[in-house]
Amino acid sequence: MNYIDSNLKVVGTRPIRPDGVDKVTGRAIYAADTRASGMLWGKILRSPHAHARIVSIDTSKAEKLAGVRAVVTSADFPNIASEEAFVGEGPMNFRDLSANIMARGKALYEGHAVAAVAATTQAIAEDALALIDVKYEVLPHVIDVDEAMADNAPVLHDDMFTSGVTPKPAKASNIAKVVTFKKGDVEAGFKTAEVIVEGTYTTKPVHQAYIEPHACLATYGSDGQITIHSSSQGHFMVRAYTAKLLGMDIANIRCTPAEIGGGFGGKTLVYLEPVAVALSRKTGKSVKMQMTREEVFRGSGPTSGASMDVKIGAKKDGTIVAVNQILKFQAGAFAGSPIGPGCMCGLALYDIEHINVVGYDVVSNRPKVAAYRAPGAPITSFAIESALDELADKLGMDPLTLREKNAARNGSKTHYGVTHSNIGFEQVLAAVKTHPHWKTPVKTGQARGLACGFWFNIGGESSANVHINEDGSVSAATGSPDVGGSRASMGMMVAEVLGISVDKVRTTVADTASIGFTFLTGGSRVTFATGMAVTQAAEKVVDELKKRAAMIWEIQADAVEWRDGKAFPAGSNAGAFEPLDLAAIALKAGRTGGPINAEVSVNAQGAGAGFGAHICDVSVDKETGAVTIERYTAIQDVGKAIHPSYVEGQIQGGAVQGIGWALNEEYIYNDKGQMENPGFLDYRCPVASDIPMIEAVLVEVPNPRHPFGARGVGEVPIVPPMAAIGNAIRRATGVSMPHLPMSPPTILAALSAAGK
Amino acid sequence: MAKSYVSTTINGESAEYLCEPQQTLLDVLRDVVGLTGSKEGCASGDCGACSVLLDGTLVCSCLVLGVEAEGKSILTVEGVAQGDKLHPVQQKFLEHAALQCGFCTPGLIVASKALLDSNPNPTETEIRYWLAGNLCRCTGYDKIVRAVQDAGAVMRGETV
Repeated sequence: MNYIDSNLKVVGTRPIRPDGVDKVTGRAIYAADTRASGMLWGKILRSPHAHARIVSIDTSKAEKLAGVRAVVTSADFPNIASEEAFVGEGPMNFRDLSANIMARGKALYEGHAVAAVAATTQAIAEDALALIDVKYEVLPHVIDVDEAMADNAPVLHDDMFTSGVTPKPAKASNIAKVVTFKKGDVEAGFKTAEVIVEGTYTTKPVHQAYIEPHACLATYGSDGQITIHSSSQGHFMVRAYTAKLLGMDIANIRCTPAEIGGGFGGKTLVYLEPVAVALSRKTGKSVKMQMTREEVFRGSGPTSGASMDVKIGAKKDGTIVAVNQILKFQAGAFAGSPIGPGCMCGLALYDIEHINVVGYDVVSNRPKVAAYRAPGAPITSFAIESALDELADKLGMDPLTLREKNAARNGSKTHYGVTHSNIGFEQVLAAVKTHPHWKTPVKTGQARGLACGFWFNIGGESSANVHINEDGSVSAATGSPDVGGSRASMGMMVAEVLGISVDKVRTTVADTASIGFTFLTGGSRVTFATGMAVTQAAEKVVDELKKRAAMIWEIQADAVEWRDGKAFPAGSNAGAFEPLDLAAIALKAGRTGGPINAEVSVNAQGAGAGFGAHICDVSVDKETGAVTIERYTAIQDVGKAIHPSYVEGQIQGGAVQGIGWALNEEYIYNDKGQMENPGFLDYRCPVASDIPMIEAVLVEVPNPRHPFGARGVGEVPIVPPMAAIGNAIRRATGVSMPHLPMSPPTILAALSAAGK
Repeated sequence: MAKSYVSTTINGESAEYLCEPQQTLLDVLRDVVGLTGSKEGCASGDCGACSVLLDGTLVCSCLVLGVEAEGKSILTVEGVAQGDKLHPVQQKFLEHAALQCGFCTPGLIVASKALLDSNPNPTETEIRYWLAGNLCRCTGYDKIVRAVQDAGAVMRGETV
C-alpha cells in the first residue's frame, strides 16, 4: 500500500526514540561494555613499517609469558583465494580482507596487523606484544597517489595488473583498475564551448572518526558454535566475513549487534572479529578485543584521498556542453577505493550532453580505505562544484543560476546510463532561491559559497518482523543496526499502519539467529528498504487481525475494515458489532489460529536519488589563515521525513563532518610512511565551538517506490560542504582553493603564492 | 604489583575498590566497579566520552588515576537521574533528538549538567566552548546546544 497522500498521524511527528532513555542514562550496551565468564583480552601487534617483507615471526617468548594463552599469526587463518565479495559496502575481495586483518608475507602499511595475543589481562596482552619477535625486510614505500602511479614507484602487489585496459599490461603496477564513463562526444562538445575552465584538485584521506573504537567479544565453543557480540553496521556482514575468513559455516555463527557508537561507513567490514574467534578457538575461552584510538587511525579505513583534473566547457548563456574529468583515488593497501561512485556522482546532478570520466583505483602504503558516507561523492563533487563556481564567475553568472540552468530533471540521462526519475533537484534549488540565507546580503568581511551534492541511495535486502503480543502491544524487530535513531522511524511506520500510538510499539534490532537476512546499514538504505519490510510486515498483521476479527464475529474477512487500531464491520450488511482493538483480538488469538505475527523479507528497489544544496558564509583571517563558518544552511530533498528531528540530525551531522573534511582533517605522514597524527588532538575533528547552528531545510518530493515516500538522507549532506566552503573562501580572498584541507597553513600558502 | 585500596563515593553512595596504581579512573569504573556508562573514545583526554564529576569538577576519567578518587566524590552518567526521574538535561537530549549513536552522550550529559550547575543561563557561545572537549561525530552539535539551552530554561523554572 502507498500512504504518500494519506492523512498521517504518526509519520512526520517527533516522538522520543525507544532506545533513548538507555542512551542518556548510560545503560545502553555498546561493544566494549560486555564481559563473558573467564574471558581473555586480545591485542594486536601492528607493523611499524609502511612496507616490509615479513621474514619471520617468533612468538615463543610471548607464549611463555605468564598469563598469555595464545598467539596467532596469518598461519592460523586459511589462505583465501581471490574472490569478489558482495558482503559490505563497496568493492571487496575476500583474499584482500583476509590479508588486511592479518598480514600475509608483507606488511603493507604502518598499523597493518601482523600477530595477535590473548591473555588474562589487557596489560599482559600488551606486554606480550613486545615479546613477539618479527624480522622485517623494510621495502621502499609510497604514500601519495600520483607518486604511486609513477613508473618507478614501489609496487605493493606483484600480481596486480591493471584491469579495465586493453591489452592487459605486461608489468605489475599500483593501478588496480581503470574505469571509464562516456556520454556523447566530448571532443566535439568542447569545440562548441565558448568558455572553458580547468583545474586540478586534491583531497586528503579523512577518517570516519566514530567516537566508539572497534570492539568485540567472541566465543568459540568446542562444538564449533560461535557467538560474536560486536559493534558494526551489519551483524550479518560480520557473520559472513568471519565465516569466510575462517572457513566456517555461516549457520554456526551467531552475531549479536551491540549498540554502535558511530560508523559512517567505517564499520562495514571486519577487523577484529575473525581474530577474536581465532584466539578463542585456540584457547577455549571467550576473547574480548577493543582498539585504541591510535589503532583506529592507523589500522582501520579512512576514505580515499584523491587527485583530480576537471575541464568544463560552456556556452555564454551558461549551458554546459562538455566535461572531462580524471579521478585518481587512493585505495590504501588493497584495491577497492570508491572510484565507481566517484566517477558517477559528481556529474549526476547536471544534464550535460558530452561527458568523459576516467577513474583510477590506486593502491599505496596506507590503511585499506573503508566506506565513508556517500563514498566517493564528496571527493568528486569538491572538484566539480569548485570548477562550476569558477565557471560562474567567468560567465559573469550567479552560481545558483548556473546550476538551475543545467540541473538534472526527471528524464535527464546520466553518463552512467541511468535516467533520472522522481528526483527533486529543481525543488532543492528553488528552495535555495527563496531561503532567507540566500536572499540576505552577505555581511561585510564575509563571503558566501554555494555547492550541491548527489547520492544515488540504495535499497537491497532487509527483513522485519511484527508481532502482536498477548496483551495487544506490539513488538517489531529488524535486522538493521540502529546508527542514528532508526528504531524510532521503524516503530513509527508500524504504528501508522496499525493505526495505534507509537508508544505501543517497541522496536528492537534482532541478532542473526532471530531475524531473516538483512544487508548492512549503509548507503542510506535502512529507512527505505527496512522501512519497506517493516511496513509490509505491519500490513500483513493488519490482514491477519481482520481475519481474526471476522472469525470472532463469524463473518467474512473482507467484511472487516481496519482503522484507528481497531476492527470494524465494513458496513451495515456486515452486521452490528462493537469494534475490536488489538488487545481484544490478541486475547482470543489462541482460539482463532494462534500467534499473530508476520515476518517479511524484501529486496527493495527504487531507492530514489537524493540531492542537496548547501549555503555557507565564511570569514577568513588573512593573518592566520583561519576560517570561521559564520552561517550554514543545508537544503535537501528527503522524500518524506519519517522522524523529522533525526532527518535534520543526519543533515546537520553530515554537514559538520564535511566542514571538518574541508578545513582540518587529514592524515599526516612522515618520510617513513608513518602517520604522525593518530589521535583526536592532532587529527582535528570539528568541536562545538568551531561550528555555528546548522539550519537543515527539508524539501519533500516523495519517492513513489517507498510506502511513505522516503528516500535516504544520510549520505547527501556530506557531499557539498567542501566545495561550498572552498567557494566561499575563494570569494573572500580572491584565491582559488583546490587543495583540501583548507587549513590555516594551506590558506596562508595559497594567499602568499597569489601575492596577497 | 600490589593493588591499592580506595575508599570513595560514587553517585552518592560510599564505595570501595582495589585497583592497580596505574589504572585510570575510567578503567576502574568500567572494569572494576562495573559502571560502563562512561565510555572510552580516545584514552587521551581529547574526546570527553569518559567525562565524570570529581568533587563537582568536570574531568576526563581517562586522565585521572583510580587511586586519586580516594576520599572524593564521583558522579558518573549513571548518577545523573534521580531514581526513575530523568535530569532536565537528559530529558531535553531526548526531546531534541540531541543524540544519534549515543556513544558521546554520557560524557555530554555529565558535562552539560556541570555547566548548568555553575552557569544556569549560558549563552550559545558559552555552551559551545564548555562542550568543546566533548566530541560528537553524529549530530553536528546543533541539537545538543539547543537541548542544553532548553534544559537551562527548565532548571531556571522558565519552561517545563
